Amino acid sequence: MSTHASHKKRSGLMDWLTTVDHKKIGILYLIAGGFFFIIGGLEAMFMRIQLFKPENDFVAAETFNQLLTMHGTTMIFFAAMPLIFAFMNAVVPLQIGARDVAFPFVNALGFWLFFFGGVLLNLSWLLGGAPDAGWTAYAPLSTTSEGSGVDFYVLGLQISGAGTLVGGINFLVTIINMRAPGMTFMRMPLFTWTAFVTSGLILFAFPPLTIGLFMLMFERVFDANFFNPDNGGNILIWEHIFWIFGHPEVYILILPSFGAISEVVATFSRKRLFGYSAMVFATVLIGFLGFMVWVHHMFTVGLGPVANSIFAVATMAIAVPTGVKIFNWLFTMWGGKIVFSTAMLWAVGFIPTFVMGGVTGVMLAIPSADYQFHDSYFVVAHFHYVIVGGVILGLFAGLYYWYPRMFNRVLNETLGKIHFWTFFIGFHLTFFPQHFLGLMGMPRRVFTYLSGQDLDQLNFISTIGAFLMAIGTIVLFINVIISTSKKYAPSSDPWHGRTLEWAIPYPTPEYNFAQTPLVRGLDAFWVEKAAGNKGMTPAEPVGDIHMPNPSILPLIMSIGLFVAAFGLIYDTMTVVVIGMAITFISMFFRSVIDDHGFHIHKEEVEEDLKGVKL
Amino acid sequence: MDAGQRLTDANFPEHPEKATLEGKNKFLGFWLFLGGETVLFATLFGTYLGLRHMNMDGPSTEELFKLPTVFLATMLLLTSSLTSVYAVLALKQNRVRTLQKWFIITLILGLGFLGLEVYEFMEYVHEGHTFTSSAFGSAFYTLVGFHGGHVAFGCLWIITLLIRNWNRGITLVNAPKYYLFALYWHFVDVVWVFIFTVVYLMGKVG
Repeated sequence: MSTHASHKKRSGLMDWLTTVDHKKIGILYLIAGGFFFIIGGLEAMFMRIQLFKPENDFVAAETFNQLLTMHGTTMIFFAAMPLIFAFMNAVVPLQIGARDVAFPFVNALGFWLFFFGGVLLNLSWLLGGAPDAGWTAYAPLSTTSEGSGVDFYVLGLQISGAGTLVGGINFLVTIINMRAPGMTFMRMPLFTWTAFVTSGLILFAFPPLTIGLFMLMFERVFDANFFNPDNGGNILIWEHIFWIFGHPEVYILILPSFGAISEVVATFSRKRLFGYSAMVFATVLIGFLGFMVWVHHMFTVGLGPVANSIFAVATMAIAVPTGVKIFNWLFTMWGGKIVFSTAMLWAVGFIPTFVMGGVTGVMLAIPSADYQFHDSYFVVAHFHYVIVGGVILGLFAGLYYWYPRMFNRVLNETLGKIHFWTFFIGFHLTFFPQHFLGLMGMPRRVFTYLSGQDLDQLNFISTIGAFLMAIGTIVLFINVIISTSKKYAPSSDPWHGRTLEWAIPYPTPEYNFAQTPLVRGLDAFWVEKAAGNKGMTPAEPVGDIHMPNPSILPLIMSIGLFVAAFGLIYDTMTVVVIGMAITFISMFFRSVIDDHGFHIHKEEVEEDLKGVKL
Repeated sequence: MDAGQRLTDANFPEHPEKATLEGKNKFLGFWLFLGGETVLFATLFGTYLGLRHMNMDGPSTEELFKLPTVFLATMLLLTSSLTSVYAVLALKQNRVRTLQKWFIITLILGLGFLGLEVYEFMEYVHEGHTFTSSAFGSAFYTLVGFHGGHVAFGCLWIITLLIRNWNRGITLVNAPKYYLFALYWHFVDVVWVFIFTVVYLMGKVG
């Protein structure tokens, strides 16, 4: 065997289009999610500008409906979801000591499906108007909506939802089958645990969405009657199906953030996570209860006091495992040597903010009170406290924490702290007043309000806060740009990490671990450090490493569905057939071509090991 | 050993479908996928149960369903599950020609089922029960049609598998593929058992 490279390395664009490497796919998810985050943020800014004074005419009512629909849909499905998948891809295989995910090809497919779903949805702005039925797309609003906006919504979500589903299965199998020797379930880092539970929720929550979207599509494209009362349909079917998906979805979003917070708090308190097993149990319990509470979105529908009461109690029960988590983070910090790095600031800011969102959540879980809060700005304030104050703050903590691992350089701490304080203050300024706007009777999803109703000042403050959040986000992007121009290359372990992802040299080798590590306890890397070892104890000798081949097929499969979607939107069956043919033929090629991957030879691995800087 | 190599009786593992990490991953991943599929069909069943009496001016389930045809279709599909079990048995005994024989019988039975379903749907359309005639029509064709679509996909899948591997023995690469197809086929069969009960039997007496 020669010491020459055992495979041809692709370069530039082709490398990114064909990659099946989880680390690169993580970066792709981060960039695409960041892009959609900006779009969703701009939509939010336009809405806040429209609402900054009464009877404003910055945007028309129709445009406002499109903005609020696209803001919600984009932020949930095309910003928060991919950002979560970005960190799951970048971190989970490293944390469990694996060389890749279980299905690298499917991983790439999941990304491209998500990406083309997002592109499709956002093209609606340019092609006759965006969807305008709210991110929940309630029938009959969605079934009777004019134009093709809602068709873009249905097909964009359908395509990206398929990508999310295969991604969820991939991570479940990865975590069950690919753990390094000694990495038992109860030694897995908490982020991996939350990724595991979230993937389980994806597996069982996304199929109902798939069916709901199919029904909505059949209703709009093929004149079906699921939600049409004139022909025996029932609009409540959509609401049930949507929330049977939709409620687990919010736990899909929040759990990985909990995981990131757990890693950050433990690392920067220089302490083992307090109550690890209770944290694991709470994560699983939240995941389970997440499926039992969807009716709390429908209290005012009139399902009766018995149904409402059962779902109210189930909803309140979720506060218990969530409270367990909050106290465990506090106890982790208690007595720790706390380092207030930027990542830690986000984590510390997260805790009281998320608690406030949780408290309003319990308030909303009381059906009788919910009749007052329903569809008011109180609800808007609540879910932004849990989704921005919870999910996004957690993701920012994770971003500053894992950025060195993903990009081989750290983010500037000063700019990071400016980002934190502007965004954090801006966030509370935006959403805290909205609680009171809601209690004063301002309904959500309205494009304007009258003066003289005491709504002016609070709306004005809210808009100022939104601008502060925008400034904070701009600072983040400046920080990212600066980090690419200068070499901020620290050690391989800039935070004195506890888990396996920090035991790998810089830059992360293609195969992650030259030798699969032997895990000897919770916080595997910390265990070795405490024992005076420089790195992990290998579980195997240096040998040939099997790697998957890159492939363009995931991209082509996704393009096929993208093309077919246009055929469905514009009612052109030939285009549908062409698009589906592209996808099915790619699947056929994937099936019949023998692809055994390649091996990185032992000599190359040994060569790499010589140059290792830890 | 190269995973693409034909296995001999001497080196044949007890579970060829799970003998490699790839095989193990596929095996587990496919079971999980079927879990998701279960929820998918559960949603369709729930919708159907909510809308099955909403036939408006069209025929009701009692007037519509002809149990003899449906019974024949059921028998075809159940038998095809049995024949796919024989194929998997042959897989475990490294008898590739027997495996091919049983999968071809499975395929023929599946195609027979599909033919009956198409015939049945055409009859219903004649009687005024269409996809757009009522909420019952939409729910019926979506649920039963999704199942039929799964059968059709399964037929394409096994055709591809058989042709591609016709002259190859059982290997560690294709053993999981055969096995997964059989799993899928059983799942589709189980869904049909529920459709037969919930849609047809309950439609006659429920």
